Amino acid sequence: MKQEIIIAGFGGQGVLSMGKILAYAGLIADLEVTWMPAYGPEQRGGTANVTVILSDNPISSPVLDSFDTAVVLNQQSLDKFESKVKPGGTLIYDPYGIHHLPTRTDINIYPVDAMDATIELKSAKSYNMIILGALLKINPIVTIDSVMAGLKKALPERHHHLLPVNREAITRGMELVNPGENTIE
Amino acid sequence: MKEEIKLMKGNEAIAHAAIRYGVDGYFGYPITPQSEVLETLEELMPWETTGMVVLQAESEVAAINMVYGGASTGKAVMTSSSSPGVSLMQEGMSYIAAGELPALVVNVMRGGPGLGTIQPSQSDYFQATKGGGHGDYHFIVLAPSTVQEMADFVGLGFDLAFKYRTPAMILADGIVGQMMEKVVLPEPRPRRTDREIAEQCPWAVTGRPATRKPNVLTTLELDSAKMELNNIRYQQTYRTIEENEVRYQEYYTDDADYIFVAFGSIARICLKAIEDARAAGMKVGLIRPITLWPFPTKAIADYSQRVKGMMVVELNAGQMVEDVRLAVNGNIPVYHYGRMGGIVPNPQEALDALLKHFPDAAQ
Amino acid sequence: MKPEDIKRSENKVYSKPELLNDTPMHYCPGCSHGVVHKLVSEVLKEMGMEHKSIGVAPVGCAVFAYSYIDIDWIEAAHGRAPAVATGAKRLNPDRLVFTYQGDGDLAAIGTAETIHAANRAENIAIIFINNAIYGMTGGQMAPTTLEGQKTATTPYGRRVDLNGYPLKISNLLAQLDGTCYVTRQAVHTPAAVRKAKSAIRQAFENSMAGRGTSVVEIVSTCNSGWKMSPAKANEWMVENMFPQYPLGDIKNIIKE
Repeated sequence: MKQEIIIAGFGGQGVLSMGKILAYAGLIADLEVTWMPAYGPEQRGGTANVTVILSDNPISSPVLDSFDTAVVLNQQSLDKFESKVKPGGTLIYDPYGIHHLPTRTDINIYPVDAMDATIELKSAKSYNMIILGALLKINPIVTIDSVMAGLKKALPERHHHLLPVNREAITRGMELVNPGENTIE
Repeated sequence: MKEEIKLMKGNEAIAHAAIRYGVDGYFGYPITPQSEVLETLEELMPWETTGMVVLQAESEVAAINMVYGGASTGKAVMTSSSSPGVSLMQEGMSYIAAGELPALVVNVMRGGPGLGTIQPSQSDYFQATKGGGHGDYHFIVLAPSTVQEMADFVGLGFDLAFKYRTPAMILADGIVGQMMEKVVLPEPRPRRTDREIAEQCPWAVTGRPATRKPNVLTTLELDSAKMELNNIRYQQTYRTIEENEVRYQEYYTDDADYIFVAFGSIARICLKAIEDARAAGMKVGLIRPITLWPFPTKAIADYSQRVKGMMVVELNAGQMVEDVRLAVNGNIPVYHYGRMGGIVPNPQEALDALLKHFPDAAQ
Repeated sequence: MKPEDIKRSENKVYSKPELLNDTPMHYCPGCSHGVVHKLVSEVLKEMGMEHKSIGVAPVGCAVFAYSYIDIDWIEAAHGRAPAVATGAKRLNPDRLVFTYQGDGDLAAIGTAETIHAANRAENIAIIFINNAIYGMTGGQMAPTTLEGQKTATTPYGRRVDLNGYPLKISNLLAQLDGTCYVTRQAVHTPAAVRKAKSAIRQAFENSMAGRGTSVVEIVSTCNSGWKMSPAKANEWMVENMFPQYPLGDIKNIIKE
């Protein structure tokens, strides 16, 4: 198994932490892992992206030109990474604020209304966990138990009371997509 | 007991490894993309456990001179910075080399020149390997390509530094500093006692006991005849290091017609390019120098008798390629592909560069 | 009477301090450095610290201080002595660590290191020789050079519109919460020498008691650089230097 994933969006959307949780989940599942941020000075509002690779075997390059899965959370990221999904790969995007929809027909495309769900849950910080839930439903690379264990490792202890909220968000994200619906013929 | 595997950034791994190795002191100044080293050390509070001193200096100039002062007393002392900060340290680094002091400097390179960018780069290769400060001197330069090596090279750097009484450097880049990977940290070991230091470092400035003459750590020698002898001694140490401490790694080179030469995280990008190339039946390999100084000159010279060409990929305008060409000495063509200013090439670019110069590699 | 009859211990009124070795000093006749070296040697011995001290020598005339006083020394780069001392002291808190610096070293190229070491309350002592000139390099302007004073780089006298003002660095350091003792002394008379010695002792004791940074400025002569006889240089110092750099304690938290 090898999954090469790019997660991209605005800084502040939790892009890097979502990648981190995925990486921790990979660690717990005994996979090889790299988490490579396109780091920058931006804390809020700028663009952010992170490449996460999970694999049964040692990982060579942490920097990639194509991905099995792209999770894009704003228009710029969609424009930049749609073309970099491998044929047959997966593109997950939040339609909120997207004006130019993805056009490729050789990949599996899933819109996830995570922003709406975040508003429903009244928890702005759940946004990235909803997306993660959707990703795991589409592509169960790691189990939700690994994710929760990973989250526990990634979060400082003072934030451990937030674990149930996060689990709820992941579950909500899983409900938002129905794999099979959007798969290519 | 099963070794605990942790997930952390390369910069964090350096901090953890330093504490576990028994480093006595760290002096540093914040600069992106390596500030996590100092931040992690401050968070871990090693002064409460191992007694390691951690201090944020007022500048890189002060930090390297604190290292000089601490190292003069025989302690294991280190600093870390990124390119512009390491430029500021060059004066102190020249003194540390001239003082024959064991010490460790970490440079997590960013793009330059000038203030440049905070994105990854390898454009300090010349500065690191040729002696960036004044005078004829070298640091032993280790180039990690994984977070595991970031952790391991702290110990290796200090071991070599104390073995040869010469400073060492970890020359990393923003990728390996900022990325997270699995890492097994070294077993914790105690810091050396003052007694052990007195035994192992008879030169150390510890406060002269009644039993010996004063130790003076100076780099000044106005008598040119004596100063030349000092220089000869430095050079003899460097020759011994060149004999014994060259490190490099080979990948897919047994049957290779063409080989990449790359260091640090770029070696991994080339490795991915090779995996793709091999899948398409191309006989391509990689040499990854681990010690940039001493450089694996002989290994590369030997390969120049066996392969048809070499492709050097770096995050600079062509620095290590000069050492590769010196080693190859005209035997085979050597080309360079570089990206600058913080742009990182992807594996396809690296392979395309090789195929552009060596189209028959594809056949 | 033969010399042997005179050289008896009961007749001995003075001897060279034990820590001051027999290496011929490179200092010019009349220079203040020799006296201050003697005081440092005496104080270290009297405190019983000769086996527990680390001196940090500067770049400047005192660059060879390590050749004369038989303790362990580190020779620092120009201006960096307080940073070097910080590293040595932090890693060896039971050692007496002091720097010995001149005005160019401490108050020009090393201003940042000086101020920040003092501001961190490093438990070090700084012996600061202020002779208002760069002696070692041939008498160029120092940050402490007086207005109108002629040097190799101010041949017509220091102009404040061009070169700024004489820097009262000790007054500046006294403002910092990290300093416990800042004093200005001289060694031009036996009485002044005695006071300077007790100031150095106070500074060393402060370091070992962990009270913070101590600064002992010694207003000094540089008769070669000033192009005067030693006696004339002393007079010139009293007349011109003391009004600008008045002697006495600037700060002493023990007394306050």
